[in-house]
Amino acid sequence: MLIWTGLAFAIIVPLTFAATSEYLAWRDPVYIVAGFAGVVALCLALVQPLLARGWLPGLSLLPGRRAHRAVGPVLVAAVVIHVVGLWITSPPDIVDALLLRSPTPFSVFGVAAMWALFASALLAAFRRRLSLRAWRIGHTGLVIVVVLGGAVHAMLIEGTMETTSKAMLCGLAIVATAAAVATSWLRATRWVLGKK
Amino acid sequence: MSDVCFERRTLIAAGAAFAVAGLSGFIVPARAAGLAATPSMRGGANNYMPGAPIVERIGGGGFWMSGTVRRAGDGSPLAGQRIQIWAHTTEGSERDWHSHGATLTDASGAFRLEMPQIVPALGQAHAHLSYDSGEYETVFLRPLLSSPKDTSLEAHFVLQPA
Repeated sequence: MLIWTGLAFAIIVPLTFAATSEYLAWRDPVYIVAGFAGVVALCLALVQPLLARGWLPGLSLLPGRRAHRAVGPVLVAAVVIHVVGLWITSPPDIVDALLLRSPTPFSVFGVAAMWALFASALLAAFRRRLSLRAWRIGHTGLVIVVVLGGAVHAMLIEGTMETTSKAMLCGLAIVATAAAVATSWLRATRWVLGKK
Repeated sequence: MSDVCFERRTLIAAGAAFAVAGLSGFIVPARAAGLAATPSMRGGANNYMPGAPIVERIGGGGFWMSGTVRRAGDGSPLAGQRIQIWAHTTEGSERDWHSHGATLTDASGAFRLEMPQIVPALGQAHAHLSYDSGEYETVFLRPLLSSPKDTSLEAHFVLQPA
């Protein structure tokens, strides 16, 4: 219960701040939706590692994994809406970002996270054809880039998110991802050692 | 343990050389003959719309965009130069025609145009300025506000004859 409350708090507080930002008054609906899709993606980056490891009470490993697989495409969709919405808002700025020639320092982190996320989704789609080892290393490596890139991207942006709640959300997403990667790696190592 | 020994005259000579090197660094840019042209900034031309009209003020005002225009080389002020300005403000986005306006430099090469408050857009609070009249090479600038609460911003042009 405490975990669910904490998670709800970690997600609802930054969303509420973003939803009440004064900047919203000076944005078109498309821009508002695009910005929110980015905030939602950041929230999902915190949820995903918790689901993958079955750490949410009531969602043990198997149902957790099922939910993780369902949330994956939602996260991809959120990032697509984010990029397409911003492209409609200001095409030259997004073209610059995608071609890595943008003057804004956060763009390259966001673009790296986006491609890593797409690659991770592609890997998940072809998971059955991969060996367990290739899948683990590939997925783990890519999501580290997704979460770190996404967090740096968000922190460098001057937008609707409030700084402290944004930093909390990014920090929690990084810690959850690191913990999920570390524990799954430890389990895998122990399993291999046990077999030997 | 080895002792490092400096003779007094070595120290004085080194100190003097250091001072000369340092001071000449201040003197060289001030020499007008060396004044280099301002390069365009990355992303400066984004959402540029040619031919924005010369206006008294963009929209309701409240924010002051100012700067100077000088000639590369001798650094002399350039009067009557048209500078175009646009930004995402409280009254519209960069892609709205009414967010664009232009002004002319005065006899001292200075320009100053009132516009609505700039608000952060696409992650940064910034403005766009251009010189695009053709007599000199075109320059697009994209200066940042140091804080989104700022109510003024400066941008300076040094133009290269085309």
